[in-house]
Amino acid sequence: MIDYPTLKVIWWLLVGVLLVGFAIMDGHDMGVGTLLPFAGRSDDERRVVINTVGPHWDGNQVWFITGGGAIFAAWPIVYATAFSGFYWAMMAVLWALFFRPVGFDYRSKIHNATWRSTWDWGLFIGGAVPPLIFGVAFGNLLQGVPFGFDDYLVSTYTGSFWQLLNPFALLAGVVSSAMITMHGGTYLAHRTEGAIQQRAVRGAVGAAAVLVAAFIGAGIWLRYGGIEGFVITSVVDPAALPDPLAKTVVRSADAWWANYAAQPLLYALPVLGVVGALVAAVLVSVRRTLSAFVASALAIVGVIGTAGAAMFPFVMPSSTMPNASLTVWDSVSSHLTLGLMFWATLIFMPLIVVYTAWAYRVMRGKVTVAHIRANEHTAY
Amino acid sequence: MISEQLVDLSRLQFAATAMYHFLFVPLTLGMVWLLVIMESVYVMTGKVVWKDMTRFWGKLFGINFALGVTTGITLEFQFGTNWAYYSHYVGDIFGAPLAIEGLMAFFLESTFIGLFFFGWDRLTRTQHLMVTTLMAVGTNLSALWILIANGWMQNPVGAEFSYQTMRMEMVDFWAIVFNPDAQAKFVHTVSAGYVTGAMFVLSVSSWYLLKGRDIEFAKRSFRVASAFGLASVLSVIVLGDESGYTVGEAQQTKMAAMEAMWETEPAPAGFNLIAWPNEAEQKNDWAVEIPWVMGLIGTRSVTKEIPGIREIKEKNRERIIRGIVAVTALETLRKHRDDPVVKQVFEAHKADLGFGLLLKKYVVDVRQATPEIIDKAVHDTVPRVMPMFWSFRIMVGLGMAMLLLFSLAFWTTLKNEWTRRPWLLKAAVVMLPAPWIACELGWVVAEYGRQPWTIYGVLPTHLSVSTLSVESLYGSLAGFIGFYTVLLIVEVYLMQKFARQGPGSLGTGRYSREPVHHAAPAHA
Repeated sequence: MIDYPTLKVIWWLLVGVLLVGFAIMDGHDMGVGTLLPFAGRSDDERRVVINTVGPHWDGNQVWFITGGGAIFAAWPIVYATAFSGFYWAMMAVLWALFFRPVGFDYRSKIHNATWRSTWDWGLFIGGAVPPLIFGVAFGNLLQGVPFGFDDYLVSTYTGSFWQLLNPFALLAGVVSSAMITMHGGTYLAHRTEGAIQQRAVRGAVGAAAVLVAAFIGAGIWLRYGGIEGFVITSVVDPAALPDPLAKTVVRSADAWWANYAAQPLLYALPVLGVVGALVAAVLVSVRRTLSAFVASALAIVGVIGTAGAAMFPFVMPSSTMPNASLTVWDSVSSHLTLGLMFWATLIFMPLIVVYTAWAYRVMRGKVTVAHIRANEHTAY
Repeated sequence: MISEQLVDLSRLQFAATAMYHFLFVPLTLGMVWLLVIMESVYVMTGKVVWKDMTRFWGKLFGINFALGVTTGITLEFQFGTNWAYYSHYVGDIFGAPLAIEGLMAFFLESTFIGLFFFGWDRLTRTQHLMVTTLMAVGTNLSALWILIANGWMQNPVGAEFSYQTMRMEMVDFWAIVFNPDAQAKFVHTVSAGYVTGAMFVLSVSSWYLLKGRDIEFAKRSFRVASAFGLASVLSVIVLGDESGYTVGEAQQTKMAAMEAMWETEPAPAGFNLIAWPNEAEQKNDWAVEIPWVMGLIGTRSVTKEIPGIREIKEKNRERIIRGIVAVTALETLRKHRDDPVVKQVFEAHKADLGFGLLLKKYVVDVRQATPEIIDKAVHDTVPRVMPMFWSFRIMVGLGMAMLLLFSLAFWTTLKNEWTRRPWLLKAAVVMLPAPWIACELGWVVAEYGRQPWTIYGVLPTHLSVSTLSVESLYGSLAGFIGFYTVLLIVEVYLMQKFARQGPGSLGTGRYSREPVHHAAPAHA
């Protein structure tokens, strides 16, 4: 059996992989949802846009659900504290996601312009709102979240929903929204042609520009804008039984840059974020759409990796009770559960990748208006 | 202290969203196998009517599936949003089957459902059948893992409490997987789903037959549904929850409540066919009793006694009193982790920790619990009898009625005598809601019957909630009710629209009520 400290780090990486997987897979169909009302002008065109992700959005959404399940299993106290603390943000995400399954499946089953346009905006909400909120949540994690524990480890969140919508967090929301829109734009450009493709390209390039500006802006703000990071000052025993109250933590101005200072190679991550987005914009403009999609996916790895590398080993720092901050070392499941879930992930994740790839391969090629008209009663 | 209102609202929200989710789940579980059967016949015979059947019932399946997905997302996250302490306390065990469910089952069903709908022209017949089958396996595996999780809530095997981490921790994964409660629950629940799927296809097909529409299509659908339904309803009743009866204390309490057995009777106990339980006086006002039957079903013997509610409560009183020692020791240990004397006391009383925690509903410091408070906590340990007794009986009654219906339907289909029995077709239409009512009542028995615990004997429901404001709960509950009401109206509208239109909605030109061709609507 793998030792406990190693498993704790592996699980930090695996949650990262699930998060990045979610952003790349569900992200591209959410991006398509965000672009839907703008990239498709007529009903036929909107059906083209919807059908580029029609066979896949459901499988992609499982990245979100499995991500939730994996955090539950590997970091139960994070699952408990984050989702109850961010209660209204989670409700907003869930309710936005409600529009997707029904939007996709029900929209084209009725011939009525109002019905269809209502679901189009529903799909827009389901695509645009979750990435925005996830970005805002990340922005708040970087600033610390007001929560604490009692002796029984009952968590109490002392902030409000509106407090989450502070300027830095909103900027992080812009980063996330732009990233997902860019990604959806490259995918949509890959699967369509003509006018729709042109609009998708414009969307992807615009979003990439916003992403680069907002991402660099957030970095500068984090460096010089007075946002303090967190640092553990007591001795950490990575093999210890998880107890989030056993350490001491202080805030310090440079804490989020400490990992970068110690390991300059990590700067490759923010560079990947910026360069990936720029390359994606260039490639999609010259209609190298598949390569653009890959570049955009790499940009996602860079952006999410940047935040993760800055915060390690913190997962959810507490602004009001810093010692109660949740870290990679003290928010995890038991040794047995972490080991078990590691093997389960190792076995199933490659299988998932293989059959998902096969599904995309089966459905490959451009979706066109002619295709929609030929499949009037069965296409979305 | 946690407000009772918060606990009640959290329970109401969970019950409402979970029961709503389960309007869609059983139909998915059952219909997916009917699709596999129909498509298999198509692949073997090449007769296009079987392909049309797969596609038409698949269309209705899809409308239902969409809401199953929508409402399932809520449940995956609601443990965290509304049951934070529960999530922390048992996440080490409960989280694992949920995550495995995602990895092993949700990805499978959700990836292949896309190909099921859109892959007809891109896959060979065999490939498409494989896709349908994998989708079916995925849906049923998801039921397996969530019921393993739920089975553990009823009978928490394979885990130990750790005072250092202040939570339950897994010690034996396979004990959790092969928990007899979980396995019995899985068989019972998926079979109930199969019955639901079969009833849906049987009812709608019967309606076509009554109307004399699309006869060849409807007869075949009726035939498949009646055979599959008969096998499934037998499985629900025979295998059913029966094996769960004798296992574990949770089942004893539940059984006493659902059978309204106030006193321990000399073996073999009689079975209350019907009764009117009187909670205040802890007795039945009247009862129609069949001698011996309860003892036989419950213990498989004529000599073993089944404990009545009064006896169960007296045992629980002792456990609560020992639990006070456990809670007190735990609270000391949280402050002084290495005190060997307290550790010993705690280990000796650990088994009753959950019972001590029951007092937290009434006092912060359990040592202050007065005899009246202990009385209240003892009273809490058995759920109210009336809802349990009647939920169970209505569920079983509906099961028996469906057994009769499917038997007659199967006989009719063997004899090819549809036209001679219009009353049977009418009965099949009228009984459409029966499996849904039975499923929901089954969950009432299972979950209400576990109260006052979320994890039986380990974690009281009262302590499991998130520390949210009551206003937040009112707000989110209103949101869920609003969304779910609109979604239900939309879903039922589409279901009945396409069910009425029938296989003509596929636009193949082979059936009645083919769609008129629409020009694409002008866009606003």
